[in-house]
Amino acid sequence: MAKRKIIISTRNVSKAFGKQQVLKSITLEIYKGEIFGFLGPSGAGKTTLVKQLVGLDLPTDGENHVFGKKMPSLPTMERIGYMAQSDALYEELSAKENMVFFASLYGLKGQHRETRIRKVMEIVNLTDHLNKLVSNYSGGMKRRLSLAIALLHEPKLLILDEPTVGIDPVLRKSIWNAFEELKKTDATLIVTTHVMDEAEKCDRLGMIRDGRLIAVGTPEELKHNTSSANIEEAFLIYGGAEA
Amino acid sequence: MRIAALVIRILRQFIRDKRTLGLMIFAPILVLTMMHLVFSGDAYVPKLGLVDFPEPLQEQLQLEGAELTDYDSISKAETDLADKQIDGYILFENQAPSIVLEGSDPSVNSAVMKWVQEAFQPLQQNSLSKELEIEFFHGSADMGQFDYFGPVLLGFFIFFFVFLIAGVSFLRERTTGTLERLLSSPLRRWEIVTGYVLGFGIFTMLQATIIAAYSIYILGMLMEGAFGYVLLITLFLSLSALTLGIFLSAFANNELQMIQFIPIIVVPQVFFSGLFNLETMSSWLSWIGPLTPLYYAASALRDVMVRGYGWSDIYPDLLFLSGFSVLFFILNILALKKYRSI
Ligand SMILES: Nc1ncnc2c1ncn2[C@@H]1O[C@H](COP(=O)(O)OP(=O)(O)O)[C@@H](O)[C@H]1O
Ligand SMILES: [Mg+2]
Repeated sequence: MAKRKIIISTRNVSKAFGKQQVLKSITLEIYKGEIFGFLGPSGAGKTTLVKQLVGLDLPTDGENHVFGKKMPSLPTMERIGYMAQSDALYEELSAKENMVFFASLYGLKGQHRETRIRKVMEIVNLTDHLNKLVSNYSGGMKRRLSLAIALLHEPKLLILDEPTVGIDPVLRKSIWNAFEELKKTDATLIVTTHVMDEAEKCDRLGMIRDGRLIAVGTPEELKHNTSSANIEEAFLIYGGAEA
Repeated sequence: MRIAALVIRILRQFIRDKRTLGLMIFAPILVLTMMHLVFSGDAYVPKLGLVDFPEPLQEQLQLEGAELTDYDSISKAETDLADKQIDGYILFENQAPSIVLEGSDPSVNSAVMKWVQEAFQPLQQNSLSKELEIEFFHGSADMGQFDYFGPVLLGFFIFFFVFLIAGVSFLRERTTGTLERLLSSPLRRWEIVTGYVLGFGIFTMLQATIIAAYSIYILGMLMEGAFGYVLLITLFLSLSALTLGIFLSAFANNELQMIQFIPIIVVPQVFFSGLFNLETMSSWLSWIGPLTPLYYAASALRDVMVRGYGWSDIYPDLLFLSGFSVLFFILNILALKKYRSI
């Protein structure tokens, strides 16, 4: 594999909430242009880790570097698109009004803003519902709108926390196609998931269990190294080896 | 630019939420109207009994302004008094009048006493031949309780609703995750607080204008000074309510917990803001007044509305109010550090 540009470098990161150790000495590098998946059961520490990468939280130990800058750094945060685990939308406003608001925060205005809004709504297949109030949206629609907002300012790094929860398989496929498209524009994507078959679609995976990074590699490598037929089996073997 | 986006969004949310909008404007109007009706009703006409009252004496007294009944025995008067038919009865024994009051309602008591004093004035030997002339430095003889309470109530309602609505809005921002989304954008922490201050500031100006105009021009609340000052004071007051509400929302996990601050933080301020006479308050409590924003707002509003004062008299109060706002503003920026350290 050719030498690749490092976008994220996590160095010995630990995090404790009071006595509970949620992240345990995680060291990891993520490269430009890949779709990196964090796979782990609920409560493993995925959200805690990606929040630090976005700059919304601090490690108790260790450092996170994004685009070569130690996080948190405001100029770096501008270059990241973040979609949180909760939808984080203003329900009493329409989808369009939500979009206009968040786009303005990133300095998008006028025609360019309109174009971007149209573009991202196409990506998530919501063009027909642009002027609907968000309170009338279904769960899956809210999830997609939330994703669309994260894409608005054409970030070169996308950090998506469980982006496809509550989305039906057909739309899930179209969203993954959108991820592939973004990848072609040289964007880096970080996706967290607890769904094993979704993990197969990532270029590389980081398996997290109880705050520990138990394995990193391409889905093929991980399966091959454990001689398992699928990711789920591989996860169990890595997890068992750790325990 | 980013702040403008925030302000526009807040105003949009206000317009969408018709019910909250209505609550903030019509609830104060409703309560002020009721207060007006309660306090500005006609003066109470006392009902009195005269027991065995000599005819010639009656002619010397000024007996207008009360409903009088003649009794020929005390026991009948007592029965009527117990049945609340009369508020009191007057006896004339040993050449001296005496009065027995029903006594359970202080406001009725003082109405009776006031009437008795006036009625018996002609009997007093050394009463001044000329009537005492009374001049009012402020206010007037027909200024009612409502005129005196009014400015405090006006301030209170604005404080109450701005505190609650701003606190709940910010709380929702936190619990729905939109605050996190704001903080993952280039928005600075001070820009968030400023956006809230401006958005709610614009809205409260509208709210205060409507409520104050209604109280003054329709309910006829006393208004000696300039309307502009009233708006200025309410603006400063609402900024302190807003910044305090946002700050305290950080210590609430849901709307109900936000409401729990009302009896603790908001209502007590009324007692220290001059609705009741502060000088008769126990001294171990009266120090609290100057620590509350409503204290200064009420004093400034009274200066303008009752006493007709202007800028030179209200600016110290405004200064204190801005002091509160600046303090809470800074506390808010610090509190947001919890969600993003820079
Ligand atoms: N702010 C917090 N305070 C205390 N504990 C927390 C906090 N955030 C997360 N945790 C705990 O950290 C653990 C990992 O949570 P999280 O990162 O959300 O897991 P995941 O996203 O993998 O489901 C959980 O046990 C959770 O209870
Ligand atoms: Mg999570």
